[in-house]
Amino acid sequence: MMSGTSYCPNTPEEIREMLASIGVASVDDLFRPIPAGLRARSFDLPEGMSEFEMLRHFQALAGKNAQHLTSFVGGGFYDHLIPTVVDHLSGRAEFYTAYTPYQPECSQGTLQALFEYQTAICRLTGMEVSNASLYDGGTALAEAALMALRVTGRSRLVIDGAVNPLHREIVRTYLSGLDVELVEIGPKLGMEDDARLRAAIDDATAAVIVQNPNFFGSVSDFRRLAEEAHAAGALLVVSAYPVALGLVESPGAMGADIVVGDGQSLGNPLSFGGPSFGFIATRKGYIRNLPGRIIGETVDREGRRGFVLTLQAREQHIKRHKATSNICSNQSLCALRGLIFLSALGREGFAELARLNYDKAEYAKSVLGGLSGVEVMNGSATFNEFTLCLRKNADEVVAGLLKRGVAAGVPLGPYYPDMGNCLVVTVTEKRTREEIDTFARQLEGVLWS
Amino acid sequence: MELIYEQSRSGRRGVRLPASDVPAAAGLPAALARSEAALLPEVSELDVVRHFTNLSRQNFSVDTHFYPLGSCTMKYNAKAIEEAAKLFAPFHPMVPLLPGGSSFSQGCLGLAHELGSALAEITGMDEVTTQPLAGAHGEMTGIMLIAAYHKAKGNKKRYVVVPDSSHGTNPASAAMVGYEIITVPTAPYGDMDLDRYREVMTDEVAAVMMTCPNTLGLFNPHIKEICDIAHDHDALMYYDGANLNAILGKVRPGDVGFDVIHVNLHKTFGTPHGGGGPGSGPVGVKKQLVPFLPDPRIVKHDDGSYAVDTAHHRASIGRTAGFFGNFGVMARAFAYITMLGRQGLIEVSEQAVLNANYVMSRLKDVYDLPYDQTCMHECVFSAGRQVKNGVHAIDIAKFLIDRGYHPPTVYFPLIVKEAIMIEPTETESKETLDAFITVMREAAELAEKEPAAFAEMPKTMPVTRLDETRAAREQNVSYFGC
Repeated sequence: MMSGTSYCPNTPEEIREMLASIGVASVDDLFRPIPAGLRARSFDLPEGMSEFEMLRHFQALAGKNAQHLTSFVGGGFYDHLIPTVVDHLSGRAEFYTAYTPYQPECSQGTLQALFEYQTAICRLTGMEVSNASLYDGGTALAEAALMALRVTGRSRLVIDGAVNPLHREIVRTYLSGLDVELVEIGPKLGMEDDARLRAAIDDATAAVIVQNPNFFGSVSDFRRLAEEAHAAGALLVVSAYPVALGLVESPGAMGADIVVGDGQSLGNPLSFGGPSFGFIATRKGYIRNLPGRIIGETVDREGRRGFVLTLQAREQHIKRHKATSNICSNQSLCALRGLIFLSALGREGFAELARLNYDKAEYAKSVLGGLSGVEVMNGSATFNEFTLCLRKNADEVVAGLLKRGVAAGVPLGPYYPDMGNCLVVTVTEKRTREEIDTFARQLEGVLWS
Repeated sequence: MELIYEQSRSGRRGVRLPASDVPAAAGLPAALARSEAALLPEVSELDVVRHFTNLSRQNFSVDTHFYPLGSCTMKYNAKAIEEAAKLFAPFHPMVPLLPGGSSFSQGCLGLAHELGSALAEITGMDEVTTQPLAGAHGEMTGIMLIAAYHKAKGNKKRYVVVPDSSHGTNPASAAMVGYEIITVPTAPYGDMDLDRYREVMTDEVAAVMMTCPNTLGLFNPHIKEICDIAHDHDALMYYDGANLNAILGKVRPGDVGFDVIHVNLHKTFGTPHGGGGPGSGPVGVKKQLVPFLPDPRIVKHDDGSYAVDTAHHRASIGRTAGFFGNFGVMARAFAYITMLGRQGLIEVSEQAVLNANYVMSRLKDVYDLPYDQTCMHECVFSAGRQVKNGVHAIDIAKFLIDRGYHPPTVYFPLIVKEAIMIEPTETESKETLDAFITVMREAAELAEKEPAAFAEMPKTMPVTRLDETRAAREQNVSYFGC
């Protein structure tokens, strides 16, 4: 008996019939177009196994991860509750085993869901148009930067140093081959004043790029920055944390021109960093400069409402090297999960979720900030993350607490060399008061040991 | 169907959250607080369940319909791989980046690293990064690696060469990195025109991007020569892995002379397409490109443990995505590779190629076959004969929908007029193919006898043909255009 799994159903008899129909003697004959000298020199892989053995193997592998860390870690990915309906409905095979809806009549399920998703993103961000998703928050930010260059025809970008450093790295990578000046404004922790950002805008600036709440957790009012950017002919690009949009004023209302973010928090598991989805939304006038797929409403021949992929002339399969982006596959299923998540919680439930995050983080901020040797650094309001300055190096503190089963937060030293004692702490709705209190006691213990 | 927003009733609630166990804090300052709650649906949990269940029933999918969509490799998505991926759902990607954190993530790091090793062996490459999140993202990453290589050597390069049969992502990805594109036409025998290729190759060419077998489903017998010519100009060879399903265990791009490859885990390695994503596009490279790979890298120590190398490598192109790739997709693909193993993967290609040639042999008397030769995993017909009666490839596609088949890819590759591109994949049985062949032959017959009948198709779907011009003109992409 052959070990391993095969999903190939043809029987030996059927294979013989098929070869006869083709007019060849063997399957090997079908590979004759490949010159003999080009055949694989090696294919050294283990033999296969049944699904039962594979799952046992994978359970052992998953068991090598720490199973019971109490997490106060964010940094772009967040540990949120996921209503059970999200898994059940996105697990419908008609959704997850379908392909891109190029044939609209037999893909209305995906198309309508993505139209509803685009609507939800517009309403959350306060913008007019959204695409059907990008890869993740960081690549969405890079696409927004490129889009701003296209819209304005300019070649200079100003980015706030308080934007997630991992996302800034992605922006730098995306821009590296292009003739673009990227000006990074170093942040001053505790002084959430955008004066230095405003001062950096000039007549050559395509966009100023900020994050709200920023990497340190601070929530800012960017209305004045938007006004000054617009006065100089530049755009305001805002990277937003979607859960915060249940409580914090929308970027659209603050004057943003392009809004992006990572949708992981909306119904997608942490899954070691992916898949999640990136969202991007903008003003109607910029729709032709959006990257990626867009779903549009139309009618069929009987006048019934239906949905199609629209404005495809922007995309790579039509425009090739002149496309607005090279993106083809997006994160459709993750966007669907986001929509189901938002629908299941609904208008009031989503606002409550945001409020719960805010209240828990405020409680944690007061408890942790009250410890001796700990100072809260944020100079303005925060949402569900905040930055502490510790009496010890934050790397040491985090390493010490990990051994006690607590992931205390993201130490800033690796990203901001002069902030080695600082720690960004995240508190989502999943953390209990008891866990926060325990964390405080353990932090105190490590700080004063 | 009604939109979820149209089912909304003010005050209706869905899923409830846990009660708060902390004091209510003072709110945000007025300037920062949202002035009006976002207009999300106000529906019950059952409303949500019915709505999305009924929406799903308006889709064709691999689990419900044969889906011979060329260039997309719509094979069966094993259910066991879904269970495998769920085992890794709770793990946070920042943990191994924390000081001392990698020992808490050995399972995830190990999986990513071992997947990379398996892909390196399958493709004949020296090292693999799993960071790219889709095929096109892998292409962009690969071209950035090539740009970094040339920059380090002081090479002055301006162009990337692609054949005209290439996927649109190839030139689009090269353009993202700042290169100009040179397109080489296809010769009458179905491969890139070698004479024209030699003409365009200069020392200013940075890379040549090839899909092999190409989008006509043909294996280019001159591929080695094409690689050699490129290397003579210190141009690197990029392998678009979209069609890797045809050659598993048969050919390794690295052995042939390719320097960079991306692999579409959602095509070749059986992970579901999700209605358009998520995909995953790991990139494999030869030794000379290893120093430029994206940060951070997962490394294996001599003691068998894994770690994240967070050092900023001077030569690295930097970070191309948030963390270590679309990990959930990677876990599914690794589960697939683990189950099939060496022999299973070879069987994949053999049966995929057999199925494609079988369909080709049974349809070429009724549809034009512009490149009539043994194909690999897919074959490309033209509806040219049917067009004479006014029946186009799109009409045949709509006919197929009414008969319960997802249509093949139509109008791609662009170099075949009225293209009908069929990729059956290895997971379909002869009975399924025979039934499809019968229906395709019926379409050809109907095109002869009653071509006007196609105009009204499809008739059996929730909607008939949709007005795409109107969608593009009105640009209504959000309910009530909020």
